[in-house]
Amino acid sequence: MPVSLVQRYNLVLALYVALAIGAAYGLPFLRVAPNRLLSGEPVYVWEVLQLQGSPWVVALIVSIVALLCFAVWQPRRHITQALVFLAMAANLAGMWVLAGYFAHSATQAENPFTRTALGAGFWTLFAMAWMIALDAIERLQLTTLGRLLLQSVFLLPLLLSLNEGQHLSIAKEYANQSDVFGAAILRHLQIVFLAVVPALLIGLLLAWRMTKKQNLRQALFPVLNVIQTIPSIALFGLLMAPLAWIAIQLPALGRAGISGVGLAPAVIALFMYALLPIVRSALAGLEQVPAEAINAARGMGMSAGQLLWQIELPLAMPVLLIGLRTAVVQTTGLAAVSALVGAGGLGQMMFDGLFSAANELVILGVIPIVLLALLADTFFKVLSSLIKKRP
Amino acid sequence: MMIRFEHIRKLYEGAAAITDLNLDIQQGELVVLLGPSGSGKSTVLKMVNRMVSHEGGQILFKGKDINSFNVQDLRRRMGYAIQSVGLFPHRTVAHNIATVPKLLGWDAQRVQARTHELLKLLAMDPEQYASRYPHQLSGGQQQRVGVARALAADPDVLLMDEPFGALDPVTRAALQVALKKIHRSTGKTILFVTHDIDEALLLATRIVLLNQGHISQAGTPLELLQQPANDFVADFLGRADLGLKQLSLRSIAPYTQAIEGTEPSHTITHTATLREAISHMATLHVSTLGVTDESGTVLGQVLAADLLEN
Repeated sequence: MPVSLVQRYNLVLALYVALAIGAAYGLPFLRVAPNRLLSGEPVYVWEVLQLQGSPWVVALIVSIVALLCFAVWQPRRHITQALVFLAMAANLAGMWVLAGYFAHSATQAENPFTRTALGAGFWTLFAMAWMIALDAIERLQLTTLGRLLLQSVFLLPLLLSLNEGQHLSIAKEYANQSDVFGAAILRHLQIVFLAVVPALLIGLLLAWRMTKKQNLRQALFPVLNVIQTIPSIALFGLLMAPLAWIAIQLPALGRAGISGVGLAPAVIALFMYALLPIVRSALAGLEQVPAEAINAARGMGMSAGQLLWQIELPLAMPVLLIGLRTAVVQTTGLAAVSALVGAGGLGQMMFDGLFSAANELVILGVIPIVLLALLADTFFKVLSSLIKKRP
Repeated sequence: MMIRFEHIRKLYEGAAAITDLNLDIQQGELVVLLGPSGSGKSTVLKMVNRMVSHEGGQILFKGKDINSFNVQDLRRRMGYAIQSVGLFPHRTVAHNIATVPKLLGWDAQRVQARTHELLKLLAMDPEQYASRYPHQLSGGQQQRVGVARALAADPDVLLMDEPFGALDPVTRAALQVALKKIHRSTGKTILFVTHDIDEALLLATRIVLLNQGHISQAGTPLELLQQPANDFVADFLGRADLGLKQLSLRSIAPYTQAIEGTEPSHTITHTATLREAISHMATLHVSTLGVTDESGTVLGQVLAADLLEN
């Protein structure tokens, strides 16, 4: 039987490798500037290798590239994919360590204010390594849990070697921000939590009512859809005026923290965004509960509440979880924007960086947001696969 | 008196679906509500546990108006089995059967003992089936679990809405036999809806034949076959087959007589019905059959002429 080109060779990997090689030669790996405010001179991979690389490092890089080429040619063996995965995990840590050593020597050689920033080349190579590893994990054909486990193992070497990069600009920014960093993460989580938990409860209630009342559905869905189309910054802004007015009219609420700026408009807007995916999935989940099961449950004397908790909700759960996952991931990302109305959180750090043209500070704010979103995503995937284990 | 319908009326979209229905159901009866589709038989059944409300008259359960009960309490006192079974897909067989006992707050030990007892009653090995999920069972097994679930809290009444309608003939026959046994051993009052005449004749202690929302005739299977009250009853039971159906409700025992002369060449057991005996004679081309007991001892003989002159 003829096997197509795509089935026989891993062309996706070939593309990644080509992009990575292009990035290594065309984009600066690092940028070195005399101080924090200047954008700095580009430093390319080969320059870093000339300064820091021993023949061993070069040999290692060559063998990784050779392994990848082999994996393009012969992608079917699981051992090949496992090796690719390990090589990419090591690669990630290796790039970080290499950049860290370079920054160390640059700081010593010139003035102590020298900043070594990670360049576009570094980030592209970083992304490519990640994509290649994900591709390898996919090809290993593991169970959901095994796949998620490998994905978390992937970052382990990098996390263990985190200290080697302490002279990099991004680490220095972190040192400057370390006292507010933890608080920013907690604040971010607080915003997400305050928006999603009420959205889950109210969304469930609405969906449950919708299964009984057709006209509620017809009235509510257009509203939720329209909210979803309003740009988040506009929605935050729109909420500021009425909330400020409410705080003035009802000083008790004002004292409780309701005002035009801060947590209140952020949480309310994010709550409204989270409502649509939750209501939609809860409704889809509740509607696929077999009618005969509901009929039997009622006929056996279950009250409406017992029916919901014992029959409808457990059977709707797998579908509901998909929507909840969307809502949590979406809210984690959108919460960054809510810093604009003074809600704080990781978005605050991001915007501070943007307004002071400190790219590393932006990245410092973005990385935990991405990690939080990934973590939430993983959490719900694990939960779903655990629920699916039971039929 | 277990259930009494007094002047029950029900409207569907303005038109009368049930008109002035009166019916008494005694403790221990197996009453089959029989009728064509649209006759209102299922509606009558669902009125008893208030899955459907009635508009006029009243329904008494153990002498009290069903509307005076808390609806959940009422339903928990009545087992309910339906054609689509409606097992809960996320719960094991044991958990499904335990539904009403758990709602009633039985302790775990009692629930487990009852679950196992019921699985055995319905010829399913508890060791093998208790922890399975509904999708791992055949259709017949699912309905067995459905019946077990309906019986779980030892209800006063069992309401069964075409429970075997979706099963293949062999499975259905097995479940009919099982239900008949359960009825005999537990003495439960059972209200059973079907449109299958043979199922009704086999199971019922009393048949209530419904047509267009009123009772055409109520009586024992034999009464309906021998004295159909009107043309509808005769037609519905199958006018041409009435005689054969009667034969299948009677045992040959009273027609057995001492053997005179030569012993018949073929035999039949004494528990056979008249229909079986005549069928045997027709296939074997004989007019007499020896009658034996279970051990094979010859008790006497039956003559074709006697059987047909019943």
